[in-house]
Amino acid sequence: MNTDTHAAHADDHHHGDGHAHGSFSTYMLGFVLSVVLTAIPFWLVMSGALPSKQITALVIMAFAVVQIVVHMIYFLHMNTTSENGWSMMALIFTIVMVVIALSGSLWVMNHLNSNMMPMHEMTGMK
Amino acid sequence: MTVAVNPSQTGEPVFYLADEHPHPEGYSTSLGFWIYLMSDCLIFAILFATFGVLGANYAAGPAPKDLFDLDLVAVNTSMLLLSSITYGFAMLTMQQNKIAQTQMWLAITGLFGLAFIGIELTEFAHMIHEGATPQRSAFLSAFFTLVGTHGLHVSCGLIWLVTLMVQVGKFGLIEANRRRLMCLSMFWHFLDVVWIGVFTFVYLLGVLR
Repeated sequence: MNTDTHAAHADDHHHGDGHAHGSFSTYMLGFVLSVVLTAIPFWLVMSGALPSKQITALVIMAFAVVQIVVHMIYFLHMNTTSENGWSMMALIFTIVMVVIALSGSLWVMNHLNSNMMPMHEMTGMK
Repeated sequence: MTVAVNPSQTGEPVFYLADEHPHPEGYSTSLGFWIYLMSDCLIFAILFATFGVLGANYAAGPAPKDLFDLDLVAVNTSMLLLSSITYGFAMLTMQQNKIAQTQMWLAITGLFGLAFIGIELTEFAHMIHEGATPQRSAFLSAFFTLVGTHGLHVSCGLIWLVTLMVQVGKFGLIEANRRRLMCLSMFWHFLDVVWIGVFTFVYLLGVLR
């Protein structure tokens, strides 16, 4: 009886396990998807199948983003309900920070590069 | 905050907090560990940003095209991917309480992880032998810092894996060991996610440049 009330107690509150588990089929599905999503970018770069480097770069970056989402769902079992949504909140916060840090650094440093460029003009003025 | 009233024998009301209750041991571990992983993610984001800024500064030294062997990187990537799925199998057999099979899958995961580290160290040794040391150019400094930090994480994961195999061998699949195996599962899959970024942005885009 004691365990019964304890179980009911755990159900009433938010604790309990809190973390989702996978099954054999979801693990295999995730694995097959990530093999495909890894193989295609490698093949694109190694064979040079696409005409322009710019397009290839964009396509393989898109594949990386999709594969990260696949890993998050099938291997890390992310969903909006685990830990009362707090793990999703932490993830969203991290993504915002990462996007600001990455895009900010690249943008600012690129501008610096293009504004610091005129080495030849300096030598020409001498 | 709720306050409940419980009439005692003397008739005087007794006040206590109804929503204060004990938490089972480790109930917040998985959220705490997830937040640790997110902070680790920020470390890698900064290293990726550094590589993104410095990745084209070769200082007249070797460029990615001269250094990277994509066949080797593909083999390395498959090692890490295979170790991810075998760790998944270890978690599944753990849920079915099969100690021997869990140990076997953990050992296979460890071997794949070891192969990954071995290939990576071979690659590093080859590059350093060719004079592409971290001191050679800003690109190589950023490369060795980013990829080396990832490799260091995988090495720590391997030590952790062996520790947990000893723990499971000694105490079985007790609640505490299940919790630890789940944390290592998150850690291991997280490192695979970081590797997706590494092989895409460092190796593939580097060779493409």
